[in-house]
Amino acid sequence: MRSLVVEDVAVRYGEVEAVRGASFSVEAGQVFGLLGPNGAGKTSILRVLTTLVRPAGGKAWILGHDVEAEPAAVRRLIGYVPQALSADGSLTGRENILLFARLYSVPRRDRTARIDQLLELMELGPAADRVVRTYSGGMVRRLEIACSLVHHPRFLLLDEPTVGLDPVASRAVWGHLTSLSKETGLTLLVTTHSMHEADEHCQRLAVMSGGVVRGEGTPGELRASLGTPGGTLEDVFAALTASANKGDLRDINRSRRTARRLG
Amino acid sequence: MTSTAHGAPRDVLVEEVARLSFGHATRSYLQTVAAMVGAEWQRVRREPSVLVARVAQPLLWLLVFGAAVSGVRGLGSEGVPYKAFLVPGVLAQSVLFVAIFSGLAIIWERDLGITQRILVTPVARSAIIVGKAASAALRAVVQVCVVLAVVYVTGIPLRWSVPAILGAVATVGLCTILLSAVSMVIASAVRSREQFMGIGQLVTLPLLFASNALYSVSVMPTWLRAVSQVNPLTYEVEILRRLLVGVGPDRLAVDVLVLLGGTVVAVAVASVTFPRRVS
Repeated sequence: MRSLVVEDVAVRYGEVEAVRGASFSVEAGQVFGLLGPNGAGKTSILRVLTTLVRPAGGKAWILGHDVEAEPAAVRRLIGYVPQALSADGSLTGRENILLFARLYSVPRRDRTARIDQLLELMELGPAADRVVRTYSGGMVRRLEIACSLVHHPRFLLLDEPTVGLDPVASRAVWGHLTSLSKETGLTLLVTTHSMHEADEHCQRLAVMSGGVVRGEGTPGELRASLGTPGGTLEDVFAALTASANKGDLRDINRSRRTARRLG
Repeated sequence: MTSTAHGAPRDVLVEEVARLSFGHATRSYLQTVAAMVGAEWQRVRREPSVLVARVAQPLLWLLVFGAAVSGVRGLGSEGVPYKAFLVPGVLAQSVLFVAIFSGLAIIWERDLGITQRILVTPVARSAIIVGKAASAALRAVVQVCVVLAVVYVTGIPLRWSVPAILGAVATVGLCTILLSAVSMVIASAVRSREQFMGIGQLVTLPLLFASNALYSVSVMPTWLRAVSQVNPLTYEVEILRRLLVGVGPDRLAVDVLVLLGGTVVAVAVASVTFPRRVS
């Protein structure tokens, strides 16, 4: 069963055409990676899927709900972790999750148990009552994932969740994400720059460039499509995105800002 | 379990329809506002130094500016000591700064992705606006309570009755929600914090000087008097002055209705415009 269907989606910001007819689909329970250089249109696709931006053309459905026509239903079914570190630094980890539990109308009687469960799941229990500004970058990211799971979403969207993290923290984040997918059947859509992470953790990939999907398949299928023995996913990425522009200043600034906050 | 053409399990659709009842929507709305105010209370509680810094400014206006100007005739203080006349104006002025600059937080949160995460939750936009404005009101009310406590200690003669104080606090809260919503409209329209700061400074001082906060409307030239009649600060100060000092036009109901109407309009406009830019 397909959890996500994207059909010919276009996104425009004024005169700028960020996405020009992207199409792909994600099976239920899959970890799906959306790859592409800066400015490829990955974040714009995520904005459409999270109902933050209306598509200029095309359609997208999450669990059968049209993201444009049924935004409220879609919002109840998805969790979202943006690229920038967005946890509230002046609140504790527990208070951050509580805020989202209340925004998602998690019943009062279930809140404490659910928050404790998520803190334990993300290995944040000992730091639960510390203000978040004292957390490391990896801890903040795990907390944000916990916040996005508080309402038992069926589909989780993450925009470059490991950008700016050191390898140990990145591995820990991916470890939690893949365990989640395996244990709960949660479908994950992850954008990333990292070929290594995509190869290791994603069951299926779409490579975007210049606002369109240039290639789609399992990591093995994409490598095989090169027709060169020993070809890597990086070679696939380079071949598919060779003609792409190198990303706009806004995307690069956003990545740098996030990296700076992570120290 | 059957599926729709695009893969949705039917039970999900049924559950969604059931959850969209009026009762659920109302509870969700109030819960959103309460959640945002609750989080703001934790922030206020953890940052007493910010509160102290913010209280210092209105006290300077009252104790330094008020002392310096209290001998000046022609300010239209309606027969009461100028410092007592000034207290409602200083309260309104301090609230004005809290409310107008609350929009700055919106831009900060938008840049950090916090706004996007909240917009992705299934809550009404107007609930987010009211929640944020009520959070600003909480800060303003705490600030005003501290200022009033200092005024009490300094012996400035006010009407220290419980209804008057509660009425004043409620007025401060209402006007903060109104001005905070206006601030969010501005924040949604600008690209950067620098732009917002420029517009904020351009708005706050004219609002203050074109009101009855520092002097009576009766001493204003005709054109300024006309401007003061469309300035929400004028209505707020009128209520505060009537309740705390016992002078000024006796039209509390009109003043309250104007502030309530202005709040509804400002929240509605902010809900439509918030946030026009998500990146």
